[in-house]
Amino acid sequence: MIKIEHLNKWYGKHKVLKDINLNIEPSEVLVVIGASGSGKSTLLRCINFLEKAQKGKIYIDNDVVTHKTKHLHLIRQEVGMVFQHFNLFPHKTVMGNVIEGLTQVKRIPYAEALQMGEKMLDKVGMLEKADTYPSMISGGQKQRVAIARALAMNPKIMLFDEPTSALDPELVVDVLEVMKKLANDGMTMMVVTHEMGFAREVADRVIYMDEGAIIEQGTPEQIFDHPQEERTQEFLSRIL
Amino acid sequence: MKGSMHLEFAKYINVFLPAALMTLEVTAAGIGVGLILGLIFALMRLAKNPIINLPAKAYIWIIRGTPLLLQLLMLYFGMTNFLLLPPLPAAFLALGIHNGAYIAEIFRGAIQSVDRGQREAGISIGMTKWQVMRRIILPQAFKIAVPSLSNQFIIALKDSSLASSIAVPELLLKAKQLGSANFMMMEALGVAAIFYLLMTSVLTVGTNLIERRLNVSSRRTV
Repeated sequence: MIKIEHLNKWYGKHKVLKDINLNIEPSEVLVVIGASGSGKSTLLRCINFLEKAQKGKIYIDNDVVTHKTKHLHLIRQEVGMVFQHFNLFPHKTVMGNVIEGLTQVKRIPYAEALQMGEKMLDKVGMLEKADTYPSMISGGQKQRVAIARALAMNPKIMLFDEPTSALDPELVVDVLEVMKKLANDGMTMMVVTHEMGFAREVADRVIYMDEGAIIEQGTPEQIFDHPQEERTQEFLSRIL
Repeated sequence: MKGSMHLEFAKYINVFLPAALMTLEVTAAGIGVGLILGLIFALMRLAKNPIINLPAKAYIWIIRGTPLLLQLLMLYFGMTNFLLLPPLPAAFLALGIHNGAYIAEIFRGAIQSVDRGQREAGISIGMTKWQVMRRIILPQAFKIAVPSLSNQFIIALKDSSLASSIAVPELLLKAKQLGSANFMMMEALGVAAIFYLLMTSVLTVGTNLIERRLNVSSRRTV
């Protein structure tokens, strides 16, 4: 579904991604772990072309996509993104947030978009709040709306950039529940997170990154119970 | 005696009211043209392409670096070789161009202060850059810009008095004419001052109301 070949990225002289090679299969749930500054968020943002990688190729459904690709904005809607700080549109209601892409990008008539929006909000358990503004709901609720907003575009893959890092602990569970449900429904997902419980339970594959490189990857059992690399062991012993 | 004072007052009002209206007209035109130019030049100024942003930078630099009076005189007298403008259109245009430069900077600051994540969120659901600007960034930027804009509007109202120098029959010019004709300069100017105060006060109250309403809704929306 998504293939990444020899991806390299620099910020000035500082190399943030070092020769990343990655293949994401349909319906796979990929969890990326690693210390902050290890390049995991940058990798995610490169896949959605929010950041430009100087070297390497990204294939989406076997087509090479670069920053110069025509209609890049149309390809982006195939790749849903959920941000650490939600980034909901504050001047639009919960429903307005969810249907913005439907009416503006997909050009779906308003009434139809509204129906689809209701379905999406129902999926994340936020239908009751459809007419409220983002400032009136909690962080966990905001993130669920943000997930609904991305889902509404019917993406092929969903990218999650530390979706629970900005949440109070008691609000994390609801968001993780929604993500689990998505995974069970067969959504292809790539998740950057510090929630090791989620990784162990939901991930098909766990990737450990350090200093911009993929150090080790495998099933949750392989990574969490029998890490082979010294750096992986060290990282896990620090956080578990 | 009492009757003649009433007559005097009526005469004054007949002069001052149309003059105050003219001041409002010049101000409104200056703000209107200024808002349009300000938005265009703010967007140009923020463009990455130097062919687009350099003209905007030059415009803002020249207009903010020279006096409004000079700009007025240049537009009215200095262009007579190829563009002959009557006083009123010249005043509209000069004040519009002048305010446009300041409003461009206000809009630019407001646009830049909208959280970067808003742009990324819009792009990530497949919106084009222009859609993101129009539907996501600008509505939030306008709200941020309101306090600075209201300040600029008050400046524009007072600056409209400079149009007196190119014979626009606005408040200050009429007051001066009346004052010198009747040897009552101080009185005439005093009445003009009261009119200016009234108008700026109404403008302040009005923009404060708008600000308050936006804040109430932003408590709902941010």
